[in-house]
Amino acid sequence: MGRYIVRRLLQAIPLLLIISVILFILANEMGDPLASFGGRRRIRAEDRARLARQLGLDRPILVQYVVWLVGNDWMGVDTDGDGVADARGARRGILRGDFGTSFTERRPVLEIIRERVGNTLLLMLTSEIVILIFSLAIGIYSALRQYSTLDYAATAFSFIGYSMPVFWLALILMYIFAVNFKRWGLPYFPTVGMYDLAVGPTVSQILWHLALPVATISIISIAGYSRYVRAQMLEVINQDYIRTAWAKGLPRRTVILKHALKNAALPLVTILGMDLPLLLSGAVVTESIFAWPGMGRLFWDAAQDTDIPVLMGILVIISTLVVLFQIITDITYTFLDPRIRYD
Amino acid sequence: MATTEVTWEVFEEQAERPPLTPAQVAWRRFRRHKMALAGAGILIAIFLYIFIGSLVFSEADANYNDLSVRLSPPSWEHPFGTDTTGRDILARTIYGGQISIIVGVLAVVVSLIVGTLIGAIAGYYGGVVDSILMRFTEAVFNIPQLFLLIILAKMFGGKIPTFQFLGRSFSGSVIVIIGVIGLTSWMYLARIVRANFLALREQEFVTAARCAGARNTTIIFEHILPNSIAPIVVAATLDVASAILSEAYVSFLGLGVQPPTATWGNMLDQAYHHLETEPWMWFFPGMLILLTVLGINFLGDGLRDALDPRALAETG
Repeated sequence: MGRYIVRRLLQAIPLLLIISVILFILANEMGDPLASFGGRRRIRAEDRARLARQLGLDRPILVQYVVWLVGNDWMGVDTDGDGVADARGARRGILRGDFGTSFTERRPVLEIIRERVGNTLLLMLTSEIVILIFSLAIGIYSALRQYSTLDYAATAFSFIGYSMPVFWLALILMYIFAVNFKRWGLPYFPTVGMYDLAVGPTVSQILWHLALPVATISIISIAGYSRYVRAQMLEVINQDYIRTAWAKGLPRRTVILKHALKNAALPLVTILGMDLPLLLSGAVVTESIFAWPGMGRLFWDAAQDTDIPVLMGILVIISTLVVLFQIITDITYTFLDPRIRYD
Repeated sequence: MATTEVTWEVFEEQAERPPLTPAQVAWRRFRRHKMALAGAGILIAIFLYIFIGSLVFSEADANYNDLSVRLSPPSWEHPFGTDTTGRDILARTIYGGQISIIVGVLAVVVSLIVGTLIGAIAGYYGGVVDSILMRFTEAVFNIPQLFLLIILAKMFGGKIPTFQFLGRSFSGSVIVIIGVIGLTSWMYLARIVRANFLALREQEFVTAARCAGARNTTIIFEHILPNSIAPIVVAATLDVASAILSEAYVSFLGLGVQPPTATWGNMLDQAYHHLETEPWMWFFPGMLILLTVLGINFLGDGLRDALDPRALAETG
């Protein structure tokens, strides 16, 4: 097992390097990062050239990539932009934990991301918990009462949920629970931000503001996952060892929750791990709509300003998470199903 | 369960019936799949809506601005209401639907070409070619699609001018969006095709073809590819649904097809600002996206069951 983990981690390194090369080239081709530098004013051609030299944007893309990766403290840089290298670089590169400086905010990228990452995690983890609880409950119920009215309703719900654009669901939820609830004089949910500025970031405020974004993210995912749980449950409850468990006279709760569920929940672990990129993509849209100050929204803002260091920082963190999650998923699998061995 | 007694006549009758072709078996299985039929029904309804609709309304109607009736709620004259510049939303959903579906289908064609080529070459040649191509596939696969979509859409946005096709003018962004969605969604297909090629290239018929002197391209495209068509068809069908959703996401973020060309996605572009007071502006296009995607998903599900070769033997 130990060797397997080490091998997987070693394989992840070239993979992440390839990902970073692809992303770096794409991010640099995306647009003109200097366009947003002067604010609304147009910058003069010579200022432009000077800025490009100062930021190292005039160098070949491969050199820029190497600088981004390992830093530039081994080479001369042009700090005053006169075309002559006059000092040693100060960047340490992403491999040594230096994510660079944001073009638009002129602060370290890591600092900007650190402010946002907690908010995204809060949103994601809450959603994951809601997704797990509901998809297990709906899936198990549907499997135990196969072909009942509720089972059909759950099937219909899952197909609809699966086919719905996230933002449209968000609009509908906002329209019902914020706009119309307010109209009808009911307690209504907030649609923007993390807390009421007048009240401040209290726990109850944040929970109240979490409701709609979490509902939006969860409903889409629950739709797909409850189907998996149902299919798995159906397969498991017809197996011999479950009949044995019934025959031994074990209580219903033990048979279903302990014997059947453990095996039925197995694929859910994989799917949760593999769907992480999907969930994060969804976050871009959800966070934009609900003005949730997380990484998704940060990415969107950075994309509009072509703020390459911020974009690359977010993308690298997310890709690393995705790759790591796949490894963790595979390892978790061996614990849940001892029949699977990787060595 | 009562079994029918097999008399000689019954046996003879069954023996005389010619065996079903795989296509007939697949059709029988598909027909029994109620959700797939419902999906096909929904899709036919949508097609009728966007094609018969375009006979009733001209494209000029869909793009006609009438500021005197801007933002009016659904009425007899404008059943789905009007938008910010007084354009009729019903007419726009008809023309928008055409573009959305064309974008969805053509994007899948792009991803089919890229995915099949990469998967086939990797699976057929194996070795170094395989590991290079698959590392690349895996790398792109690990970048969340929407991030790639945003980057590519910004990269190519506004690079292609408006063009004329079949007497209608299209915004160049249609081409951009087709390419961008196609280039961000081929990875799964490449994996399926590669897995199929890995399994099939060791089979006797491939060895036979090679002995007969067939060239590699002939073996790839004429011998192996037709044998792995079923999973490709299923994946491609479901991909049309996600391509339509992708178009909607990109357009919602304002990077999609540019006006005046309407798509269901870009009709939702400004939706957020009209959430409270003009719900008709975002409700109808979204509903049409939902129905289309739902129909395609049902259909894809039915196709999967109908074309699954493992289940092929057990029906008659």
